[in-house]
Amino acid sequence: MIRALWQALVGSSLRAQPGRTLLATLAIAAGIALGYSVHLLNASADAEFRRAALQLSGEAELLVRGPRQGFDEQLYPQIATLDGIAIASPVLEFQASRDAGNAPLRIIGIDALRARELQPALVAGQSLPAAGLFEPDSIILSAAAARSHGVAAGDLLDFRAGTVTVALRVAAVLPDGSYRQPLGIMDIAAAQWRFGMTGVLHRIDIRLDGEVAAAAVQKSISALLPEGVELLTPEAENLRSAALTRAYRTNLDMLALIALFTGAFLVYSTQTLSMLRRRSQVALMRALGAPRGTVLGVLLAEGTLIGAAGAVIGIAGGFVLARQLLASVGMDLGAGYFRNLQAALHPEPAAALFFLLLGPLFALGGTLAPAIEIAGMPAARGLRAGDPDERVSAFPALAGVAAIGSAAMLLWAAPSTGLPLHGHAAIALLLAGATLAFPPAAIRLLKLARLPLPLPHALSLARLLATPRLTAIGMSSILVSFSLVVSMLLMIHSFRTSLDAWLDQVLPADIYVRAGGGGETAFLSGREQQRIASIPQLLRVEFLRSRSLLLLPGRPPVTLIARDPGVDGFSRSLPLVGAPAAPGADGPPAVWISELVADVLALQPGDPIRLPLGMQPQIFAVGGIWRDYARQNGAVVMDLADYRRITGDQTVNDVAAWLAPDARVTEISGLIRAAADDGSALEITATADLRRLSLDIFDRSFAVTWALQAAALCIGLLGVWLAFNAQALSRRREFGMLRHLGLTRREISVMLGVEGALGAAIGAACGMVAGGLIGLILIRVINRQSFHWSMDLAVPWLPLAALFTGIILCAAVAACAGAAMATRQEMTRAVREDW
Amino acid sequence: MLAAAGVLPAGAMALPPAAPFAAADPAYRMRFPHDHGSHPDFRIEWWYITGWLRTRDREDCGFQVTFFRVRPPSQVANPSRFNPEHIIIAHAAVSDRRLGKLRHVQRAARQGFGLAGSDTGNTRVWIDRWQLLRDGPLYRCWIGNRDLALDLVLETRQTPLLQGTDGYSRKGPEAGSASHYYSLPQLRASGRIRIDKTAREVEGEAWLDHEWSSSLLEPDAEGWDWIGINLADGGALMAFRMRNRRGGTLWAGGSWRDASGSVTGFRPDQIRFTPLRRWRSPLTGAEYPVSFEVLAGPLRLRLEPLMDDQENDTRATTGAVYWEGAVRALGDKREIGRGYLELTGYLRPLQI
Repeated sequence: MIRALWQALVGSSLRAQPGRTLLATLAIAAGIALGYSVHLLNASADAEFRRAALQLSGEAELLVRGPRQGFDEQLYPQIATLDGIAIASPVLEFQASRDAGNAPLRIIGIDALRARELQPALVAGQSLPAAGLFEPDSIILSAAAARSHGVAAGDLLDFRAGTVTVALRVAAVLPDGSYRQPLGIMDIAAAQWRFGMTGVLHRIDIRLDGEVAAAAVQKSISALLPEGVELLTPEAENLRSAALTRAYRTNLDMLALIALFTGAFLVYSTQTLSMLRRRSQVALMRALGAPRGTVLGVLLAEGTLIGAAGAVIGIAGGFVLARQLLASVGMDLGAGYFRNLQAALHPEPAAALFFLLLGPLFALGGTLAPAIEIAGMPAARGLRAGDPDERVSAFPALAGVAAIGSAAMLLWAAPSTGLPLHGHAAIALLLAGATLAFPPAAIRLLKLARLPLPLPHALSLARLLATPRLTAIGMSSILVSFSLVVSMLLMIHSFRTSLDAWLDQVLPADIYVRAGGGGETAFLSGREQQRIASIPQLLRVEFLRSRSLLLLPGRPPVTLIARDPGVDGFSRSLPLVGAPAAPGADGPPAVWISELVADVLALQPGDPIRLPLGMQPQIFAVGGIWRDYARQNGAVVMDLADYRRITGDQTVNDVAAWLAPDARVTEISGLIRAAADDGSALEITATADLRRLSLDIFDRSFAVTWALQAAALCIGLLGVWLAFNAQALSRRREFGMLRHLGLTRREISVMLGVEGALGAAIGAACGMVAGGLIGLILIRVINRQSFHWSMDLAVPWLPLAALFTGIILCAAVAACAGAAMATRQEMTRAVREDW
Repeated sequence: MLAAAGVLPAGAMALPPAAPFAAADPAYRMRFPHDHGSHPDFRIEWWYITGWLRTRDREDCGFQVTFFRVRPPSQVANPSRFNPEHIIIAHAAVSDRRLGKLRHVQRAARQGFGLAGSDTGNTRVWIDRWQLLRDGPLYRCWIGNRDLALDLVLETRQTPLLQGTDGYSRKGPEAGSASHYYSLPQLRASGRIRIDKTAREVEGEAWLDHEWSSSLLEPDAEGWDWIGINLADGGALMAFRMRNRRGGTLWAGGSWRDASGSVTGFRPDQIRFTPLRRWRSPLTGAEYPVSFEVLAGPLRLRLEPLMDDQENDTRATTGAVYWEGAVRALGDKREIGRGYLELTGYLRPLQI
């Protein structure tokens, strides 16, 4: 009997409407493919990060880590001689600058004799020729580094230390498996000397001898550490490097899940429609004696099968998509987080299985409600022709209102730091609530409004209002996809507008000069600064020294920026958020902290702040809080004069220069290069280029979100098409009647088109409201908590209006097309049908 | 004597060179305790202790403790305190008959920060907590990790035996290949040895070599065979031969201090090593002549190892694989002494 039921209910439907089943399957597949590919990329990047970090920390059980400028090497013997230490391995670790135009290379300087106990993969064994370990001009490269810098063993590789060239001979290239990321390995003495870092270490890797309790050893190590130097486990170190991209990756994961959700919703609407369409078949089966449970089972099995088929296609498609994305935009999906990360996909069976199960699960969920309703319907009512049951229960709307209420509560209770999971949960609740509550509410509003319309249009409206359930289903898919798109548009537009304004304020000069092409080892000496400052064609120059500070516990180091305050002082030249502190007469010197620092340390303007600068930690006052889109780990700005007085460091990394009115950039570049000891090491960029570059990076990093939005929009439009198309077909009888009453096919088409447009307009309007709210959550909660930057709300009216119109047009066309098909039959047959 | 320093690379560079290494000087006269200390101007130096120990339950085992100080060949005036001017290498091995092979520990570190180094003026050479220290007539030696630890006191009972001519020991036919070299035979050893978690009280006799040089191995040299035997009558015999790459003898030397204390030095033609039995290492495939007949002037003795497998793989620190083990010296069937036999360059030519 089950077989007969299957034939009658599923087989016939599949034969009659194969396209519709296929579409539902594809919708699930698209959602799963998107979700799985984004997850796969994220998980693979994460695995790659962990793997690299694990290889670098090797068998160390503890790490002492200092800021980028390092700590006094005397700490090394102090720690090495503590009780309970088996091995202490000193490490210098830095991004070595190369010439402008070449990416910097991460170099570790090690004492191979110590490190080989802890990092055997890098140092010990037959993989590494002994030659080069003590050579002051040698560097050993990982295979990835050799590839990306285009060198082989025996070649020379030039680096920049200050503005001096350091030529190193590639003594060996490690085999591919030892370390997959670009890395150079040098003798620690050679690295200290050649890169001007004598006396300094960045890291000490430690293995314990197991004879003293680990906690006691940790305590005695911690007692030795100066401010700004931390004791960590390798696991904590890993977490910290992953924390940099965690927020970005969580956001992408959530977007992917929303795409999946949209797909699932499409399944729900197609299944509901297809159930309603088949209600008379179901009733017939029931009348012929099929038990209710069996009918229900068959219907649910059909939904599950659709989901499973979609899931299989989706997983395969997701893998292919991930591979394509990896090849075209990279593992970070173009965001520029791990530009140098060499990576391969690491599919995990557990994750694949999870997404594979989501398909049937979502499809089952979408099928459950309509299937129960139909299977449980009294046979007599189902057999009677006519519109499906249109009694609307108030329950979904109430549940929707409750969900929206919980979303508001969640936001209200959300913590200000950490991962914005509250925010994501609030978005999910808001979306679900809006889907349930908005369409009935809109219908109720329209009923109350009693719009005066000409006849066919009035008919359309009446029809919409009379079948609130069908209308709601059609509207909901628009609502879901449109709200997602609106929210992203709103967020990205606000962000880009704010960034644009921010760039104006932080880049006031005409040209910017940077020592070396990035990296940490290039700088300009005091003499070079003097020569640059005395170039007559420059109206004014400002110097900037940046270095890193370990300020925030458990987070990557913040950037310390010491620069000239400018003509009007920092309160004018920095993009402040809120008012600056009132300048104190004889308080401590002021520093200006970025929003991230203010959030993490819970500081207000005027509060004291301790910075591990120079020999003794110094007390400063927070002068103000500024918006920083450039440094994701936080930044602290201080007066260059204060910095020099405290540290004695006279070097700078960057120069901002204002040109005389008649000066040309190319000519001035030449003069500046001539003023440096080695001008070719300088990177000189005109402000316009810098701006363009920044905005390009921004656009690239959001390229993938566009793809996700487009996918969501397509799924939503598909839903609209299906809903109105289905409606048109199921109303052939009604159309026949109308034609008998004298309406032309054209008029019926118009009527249905208007119906579609109206429905879509209501859905889109609801979506606009929901999307606006979600956008606000993205801006005010998620971005603030993930990246700690604020932005000003800017509404992209024109794109929104275009989208709005587009969706309505599309719905109208879909409905017209459906009507054209439905009215192609003869009137008499149409009216006879089903009686 | 020992195999050292495969860690040391070759190669020239365009960086400021430091002072060249000192050369062994036949006119140099040793004075003590000064020459017990380190000679940092020379490229390579070692303190090499070998001996036989007995546990309380009369079980024999051999032991070897060596501290090296070597200088990488490319010395530059690098201001970094990590500048690898000197590398200190230490290893120790115990010939454990129950195990049938050597237990072995090794470590290497660059000199500096007080963590590793060698003092001048008297013997103190150390890496982290491993150290060899001369304290009046006593040498204190501690070396070990989780697997193996030796904590020994060695008591000097005889004056230094200067090898070669007044401690100037030639190593080959070329004029420059020579070292400064003295031995302290007939040391009384006592202390503790721990293997894994089992510690045992031990006592016995030991031999210390202290040798320093900048040019030891001629290009043609493949390796050497060396013995240091504490004779039962209180005398001491040291003999070595440098082998060339064709398996012949490149150079040989030795000295014998008899029971009365008078010393006889041997010319190269007075020393002969004749292999009696060979053993192939299953681990490395190298074949070692583990039993010899040695002729040294008027002395003739047959060497029988405590056990065959006393191969020592120190590729991780010195880069060398060699055989180094406790041997009995037999006269006419009777044991006339005990000591150590060292066989280097059998797996591949030795490089210093």
